[in-house]
Amino acid sequence: MLPALPRKYHAASIWLLYAAGFVPAAYGFWLGATGRLPGNPVKEFEHLLGLWALRFLVATLAITPLRDLLGINWIRYRRALGLLAFWYVLMHFLTYMVLDQYLNFSAILVDIVRRPFITIGMGAFVMLIPLALTSNNWSIRRLGPRWVKLHKLVYIIAAAGALHFAMSVKVVGLEPWTYIALVAVLLAYRPIRPMLRGRKRRPPEPALRESERSA
Amino acid sequence: GEALKSSKSPYTVNEKLTPEKDVTSYNNFYEFGLGKGDPAANSENFKPTPWTVKVDGLVGKPKEFGLEELLAMPLEDRVYRMRCVEAWSMVIPWVGFPLSALLDKVEPLGDAKYVAFETVVRPEEMPGQSGYFQSLPWPYVEGLRLDEARHPLAILAVGVYGKTLPNQNGAPIRLVVPWKYGFKGIKSIVKITLTDKQPPSTWNISAPNEYGFYANVNPEVDHPRWSQASENRIGEGGFFGANRQPTLPFNGYADEVASLYSGMDLRANY
Repeated sequence: MLPALPRKYHAASIWLLYAAGFVPAAYGFWLGATGRLPGNPVKEFEHLLGLWALRFLVATLAITPLRDLLGINWIRYRRALGLLAFWYVLMHFLTYMVLDQYLNFSAILVDIVRRPFITIGMGAFVMLIPLALTSNNWSIRRLGPRWVKLHKLVYIIAAAGALHFAMSVKVVGLEPWTYIALVAVLLAYRPIRPMLRGRKRRPPEPALRESERSA
Repeated sequence: GEALKSSKSPYTVNEKLTPEKDVTSYNNFYEFGLGKGDPAANSENFKPTPWTVKVDGLVGKPKEFGLEELLAMPLEDRVYRMRCVEAWSMVIPWVGFPLSALLDKVEPLGDAKYVAFETVVRPEEMPGQSGYFQSLPWPYVEGLRLDEARHPLAILAVGVYGKTLPNQNGAPIRLVVPWKYGFKGIKSIVKITLTDKQPPSTWNISAPNEYGFYANVNPEVDHPRWSQASENRIGEGGFFGANRQPTLPFNGYADEVASLYSGMDLRANY
């Protein structure tokens, strides 16, 4: 098993994750802005942001099974991963809106209304907004059990994200299938989780601390 | 590629050429993979020589043409706009000869109405044609109406930027039909068949609601998943340059080709 990170480094490691998380976007932007992205730089950057958003969503959903099945407790990174997903979706949308469509709002509106893959992607973005706004301790205290309920939206968001990717391409190749499979496995784990935990409990395990409870 | 001898042609658009680097590195050629960089990265084992193109079907003189014979046709420089169905575009200096010149050599019969084209199948040289995941049914096939195929703008290209075609661009010989979306420009052709029935075309088989047989560039008819009203010119301006520009009917070749479709509903025949 992994050696546990000393508690005094926990906060720093979370900030490090935020910093590292923005590297792909910053690097991609630098490449594009300086003419180093080949072919269709705006699309390349737009796709890079979308892919990383999906990766962070998958990572967010992987935290719980990682702890249940492998005993790795990275729950302290879950908020950062979820928020990174939100920022990447926001940047993905802004890139589409500003760099790709030149703020042509009528064209953007037609896209959102008429093209199902964009409607679905937009829906996922809208659903992410309340989650990002309530990703703080104050909201968790304030909303109590409703917070847990609200944040179950991430399941729909992740499914919508993978679908948005698969529906956007001309041929659904290995890459979109990989994300569909990852999200499907991570979502399927949720309903079977109580059964797995029930079986595991036979030799009783200590109750989770309040701070470690998760949806 | 090797240098080709060619002559000037009046069929030249006066627009800035897409850099050769982009023309030869940003490609759709699913026989070599789905990514835009895959054709350049995965085609080094492809052998475009020796090569033959079989021309048969409803013709008086069916014939198998060797590549040398095709390269010996009077070659012309044609600078054409290329509009991909994915809403990006290029301006490309092709080297080639009119398709009609080849058709004349085989003497199409009176009942020939269409021309069918077929790409080579070589899984051992084309990684996209082997493995568990097959993106499209092979061979890639395309077709034109005979009057479209005889139009002087329709060419068989054997070179680009003054040299023989790189593998990723459809070596050694490919179709270029500049008023149609790029996927009509079938690459690495091994067979051309004259028929009396509309031939199948690969993208139309794959997604008939998205890709029609005609596939004429038309800003008025959206692809179901994106608008065709404008296009991204590749290799211009990077992030911040004004590289999105309006798409023209028939890709700007309406004066030459619109009459081929008079009386046709271009929304139904997309």
